[in-house]
Amino acid sequence: MAKMTMVQALNLALQQEMKNDDSVVLLGQDIGADGGVFRVTDSLIDTFGEKRVIDTPLAESAIIGMAVGMAIHGLKPVCEIQFSGFAYQSFHQLENHAARMRWRTQGRLTVPMVMRAPYGGGIRALEHHSESREAYWAHTPGLKTVIPSGPRNARALLVAAIRSPDPIIFYESKALYRAYREEVPEQEEIMEIGKSNIARSGDDVTIITYGAMLQPTLEAADVLAQEGINSEIIDLLTISPLDDSLMVESIKKTGCAVVVHEAPRSFGPGAEIVSRLMEDAFYYLEAPIQRVTGYDIIIPYFSREKDYLPNVRRIVLAAKAALQKI
Amino acid sequence: MPRTKIDLPETIDYLSILDEHGNVDQELEPDISESKLRALYRSMLLGRRFDERMVDLQRQGRIGTFPPIKGQEASQIGSIFQLRPTDWFVPAFRETAAEIWRGRSLESILLYYNGYNEGTLLDRDQKDLPLAIPVSSQILHATGLGYAANYRDSGEIVMVYFGDGATSEGDFHEGLNCAAVYQTPVLFICQNNQWAISIPVKKQTHSQTIAQKALAYGMPGIQVDGNDILAVYAATKEAAERARNGGGPTLIECVTYRVMMHTTADDPSRYRSDTEVESWIKKDPLSRFENYLIDKAFLNDSSREKIEQEVRKQIQAAVESAEKQMQDLGAPVDMFKHLYADLPRQLKKQREELRAHLTAAEREVDNG
Ligand SMILES: Cc1ncc(C[n+]2csc(CCOP(=O)(O)OP(=O)(O)O)c2C)c(N)n1
Ligand SMILES: [Mg+2]
Repeated sequence: MAKMTMVQALNLALQQEMKNDDSVVLLGQDIGADGGVFRVTDSLIDTFGEKRVIDTPLAESAIIGMAVGMAIHGLKPVCEIQFSGFAYQSFHQLENHAARMRWRTQGRLTVPMVMRAPYGGGIRALEHHSESREAYWAHTPGLKTVIPSGPRNARALLVAAIRSPDPIIFYESKALYRAYREEVPEQEEIMEIGKSNIARSGDDVTIITYGAMLQPTLEAADVLAQEGINSEIIDLLTISPLDDSLMVESIKKTGCAVVVHEAPRSFGPGAEIVSRLMEDAFYYLEAPIQRVTGYDIIIPYFSREKDYLPNVRRIVLAAKAALQKI
Repeated sequence: MPRTKIDLPETIDYLSILDEHGNVDQELEPDISESKLRALYRSMLLGRRFDERMVDLQRQGRIGTFPPIKGQEASQIGSIFQLRPTDWFVPAFRETAAEIWRGRSLESILLYYNGYNEGTLLDRDQKDLPLAIPVSSQILHATGLGYAANYRDSGEIVMVYFGDGATSEGDFHEGLNCAAVYQTPVLFICQNNQWAISIPVKKQTHSQTIAQKALAYGMPGIQVDGNDILAVYAATKEAAERARNGGGPTLIECVTYRVMMHTTADDPSRYRSDTEVESWIKKDPLSRFENYLIDKAFLNDSSREKIEQEVRKQIQAAVESAEKQMQDLGAPVDMFKHLYADLPRQLKKQREELRAHLTAAEREVDNG
């Protein structure tokens, strides 16, 4: 097995799926010769040519809107939106069409497409380049929203997304793109969309998170362990449809929970997670559920972003609050 | 040296073959067989009568809101005629006549406008997109379909419809721009019916024509008298042949008029005069085509009356059958159908929640 960054792992998934299936085509801005601004599509144009690695005009609605038409025709377009902050120019194509075509045609026409987009803070980027707005997509019936947390699951989930019969929003954390390397098998690996994962087992407190926030959550668990507190970490991997089975089981053991995400708090994914726990695990809860999230403000310019994003200290304190230890 | 005229590869033509009285320009007259001409006429008449019936049904409270097409039959039937069953049809929402031509049943249209999802059902292999209400958004789907057709070398072409108002949206620009960049086989049919709800085309664009916008994208464009079925037919035929031969997209502006209200929920007396409407009714596409066919001796009073009766019978039968179908449709839990390939667990739970409510409510009714 080779050790890969998330960028390399995503590239591997694209390369293998394109080799397997000539209906897989990529479209986006600067994805050809440039390999995408984060190099996720690096050198794919050399292997597959410009008919399959399509450099588009600078038009997000066109990328998604054309992909809808291509998918209806039977292709499997994988769109790259350069930054998730520019996906709004295509919002109506996803909300009004990609998400509904199957429903609107009684299953006759389907849109098996993927929208990949880098999201989130932590790389000292310009404004509009650091938002975490996955709730928009998770709130849209007909879409599925997937957010991997590391190189290996990013690869396996992207394969699943490309093969999915439903349209997929695939959010990639920019902070994780080159954060670390992980063993990624050369042979095919695929994970099921809509399944969460236990990233660390424990029986004192349940911490639910996803994407870039898995890393500070794991670190917080180490800190807590030094104080004899065992955290169970649920890595969601898919935000919508939300898999609440593992978190409910976990609460039955721990009786308390923390939710961590970098998206703003109000109406964020955490609100839905907490509601699910109230519905299905209320009688096991011994304390109020804590949320560690971005604040309900525009993410600040990067000199202040580290104080906006959830960090190890905030997660540790929230876990202790959930355990009523402070 | 420093300042010269740029010689653009295209210019914009205006095409009219049949004037408002039905006089034909014999040099330009397309060669269409008698049986095809009759088929065109029958479809225009069916489109017209069905439209009138839909407005009546809405007024009687038997269907919901409906956007009438009256006055636009030539723009629709003249163009859609060029499409083969293997080609793709991408409508906006005011193409009822074209949809019927493609084989959509009157019943399904009735079901749709009376609020049943089942009204979108077409044959599985029908290459028609459902109508698109978000203005202009469908234009990009046509470009994408065209890209896929080229990629698969399938020989299919795509015909997409939209209004004058739609040309102000970004998706119009993006769709035409990309279609030209990728040379996709797409016919962009703009039905310029002079109005976008209450906004006249003059307030929509400062361009003299919509057709000239094609020049900016580097594709051919043509303006035609959209109430003249022969002109629409000829312009579309030329564009379809070009697209089939790898010549890429064309923008066709059909100059026509929305004789009725925007939808049955609209009151046009708030923003336009009767005199304007009357001046356009004089240019009616159906009566001028009728005169043309009578002059050619392809139609007379009795054959006209026969077609009229057939069409009315067909509509009456469809209304009766659709209203009968409606009684058996609409199990409320069906609203959960077809959202995903497999319904996620949480949605199954919500569906059961609805089912339980319905059963309980029924029981309450039974128990008085
Ligand atoms: C994106 C969007 N904005 C607004 C509307 C509301 N709306 C429906 S039809 C219409 C006017 C469309 O005008 P035009 O494109 O000329 O088509 P026509 O109605 O004349 O056939 C408007 C504003 C809509 N459906 N979609
Ligand atoms: Mg209009």
